[in-house]
Amino acid sequence: MPVEQTQLLYRHRNVPGINRLETYVAHGGYEQFRKAVVMDPEAIIEEVKVSGLRGRGGAGFPTHIKWNAFPKNRDVEHYFIINADEGEPGTAKDRDLMNALPHLLVEGCLCSMVAVRAAKCYIYIRGEYIEPWKSVQKAINEAYAAGFLGKNVLGSGLDFDIYTHLGAGAYECGEESALMSSLMGERGMPRLKPPAAPLPMISGVWKRPSVVNNVETAATIPAILELGGAKYAEIGVGSPRSRGTKLFSISGHVNKPGIYEIVLGTPFSEVVDIAGGVRDGHQLKTYIPGGSSMGFAPPTPLDYPFDYEGIPQNTQTLGLGSGGLMIFDETTDVFKVTHRLVDFYHHESCGKCTPCREGLDWLSKIYARIASGGGREQDIDLIWDICDSIRGKSFCALGEGAIWPVMTSLRLFRHEYLSYIHHGRNTYSEAGQLGA
Amino acid sequence: MAKFTDDTKRRLDALIARYPTAKAALLPALWVAQEVYGGWLPPEAMQEVADHLGVPASDVAGVATFYTMYNKRPVAHHRIEICQNVACMVNGADELIGYCERKLGIHAGEMTADGTFSVERVECLGACCHAPALMVGSTYYENVTEQTVDKLIAELANMPSESVNPPQSQMPEQGEF
Repeated sequence: MPVEQTQLLYRHRNVPGINRLETYVAHGGYEQFRKAVVMDPEAIIEEVKVSGLRGRGGAGFPTHIKWNAFPKNRDVEHYFIINADEGEPGTAKDRDLMNALPHLLVEGCLCSMVAVRAAKCYIYIRGEYIEPWKSVQKAINEAYAAGFLGKNVLGSGLDFDIYTHLGAGAYECGEESALMSSLMGERGMPRLKPPAAPLPMISGVWKRPSVVNNVETAATIPAILELGGAKYAEIGVGSPRSRGTKLFSISGHVNKPGIYEIVLGTPFSEVVDIAGGVRDGHQLKTYIPGGSSMGFAPPTPLDYPFDYEGIPQNTQTLGLGSGGLMIFDETTDVFKVTHRLVDFYHHESCGKCTPCREGLDWLSKIYARIASGGGREQDIDLIWDICDSIRGKSFCALGEGAIWPVMTSLRLFRHEYLSYIHHGRNTYSEAGQLGA
Repeated sequence: MAKFTDDTKRRLDALIARYPTAKAALLPALWVAQEVYGGWLPPEAMQEVADHLGVPASDVAGVATFYTMYNKRPVAHHRIEICQNVACMVNGADELIGYCERKLGIHAGEMTADGTFSVERVECLGACCHAPALMVGSTYYENVTEQTVDKLIAELANMPSESVNPPQSQMPEQGEF
């Protein structure tokens, strides 16, 4: 049996009616906001700094560094923006959080808004997420009625407004600068980043100080304020730079796929056990640790700390990412899975920069050729060559994320590509072979 | 023929009030236009949005064509959108798509002759832990089986369409409860 995991965000996940304000308040909800609203913003940022919290959306950037870059006054409007454009294949945690615990998100936003001195917050939700959108909007409305949103909230002299904003189907809008473009009514294309452009915390949406944080990042703030940054930082059994708990969406070939809150640094094998283990009668062939852009990992080692540092060190993948762990057993045709991902990134490339737009178009064509039995051995070199032309050269991280599953699958499962090239089919997955 | 009524314009003004600029209301405004125009955005719809928001029509067209959920041609009454991404794929999404195609006698990407149903392949719906998944209108169906599809198609035939009346256009008043 896996050891019991500390539950912070999901502590009340299964309480009936926790999506309603009165139930949420009865379980201690909005207590941290009551505390935060009279705190010095710098003191909140300090707690977050001590906690070691890193962005839960994918990049793992320390939250306090973003927040600390804001101007220390309210001379102009500041914007706090939530990235709820969850679209990374394998990731379903924000949807669950918004459906089940919308008030936790609202309270997290409010605490964060105090810290960055923002009176306005936009929650950018992907267009497909109607149910989470309704859930969050209902929570916002209840919060207005209860006086947690509106003018002069709780007598603090501060105003707080939270708006929801729906996207319309574009993976690229999960990239923070593209999300800001989209929020301003433009095509969801990324913008120049520092040092070539000012930090968004200085000039973001509408040229005002802005920050984009993930749903889960904001929802973690109340727990940090409740425990205190130092206590929060004690949670975590792996790297000293991976603290606290994280929501993982565990999918694919496991017995109990689902969303689980897991202490960072928990050994990988235990993480798989939490999801019921690899489905009965089957063996682990490969897995993607944190959303498709992270790439494929080999089935060994199994006992390493599953956190921001442990994953890249032990698996040669990009890392923890969004926490979308996808498990694949020996029946999986890794070439076919990669092909599907290449087509996904090809479809979602925004078209702004040449390496990503053209490179993925060519990759998609080459994969289609190999899949249809017309592949040539030199196609493998061609794939590497195209990856090399995208790697480090695309305008935003989409291009980089697109080639990691390609490069890692080629490195680990080159024989499956060759099988398609020589026999027009995958003899390895058909035979249920784990490796070559 | 302009289709925006005074009520439509009032709704758009309420959306504009949520942002510092009128242009920022473009995405929600296009959702409203898609509802007013019966589920898709002909050039006149984009023009009406451009006129009301004071944004060049070319910008509106650029945005409307960038996002996949704005329809550039008429759509079926009930769109069965099946996730084809990997978590669903390794749990039988392709077989499920094939089943729907055979059942309705169309290929993915097409609609039935009477315009009632379409089957579409879509990318990750964020339902990876309950794969395979599909959505129709605002509703997700998870851990879908062939039996689910049979039942769904029978039920949908008598249900109001959410593609001609997209739920995304129903932005509530701020603080409404």
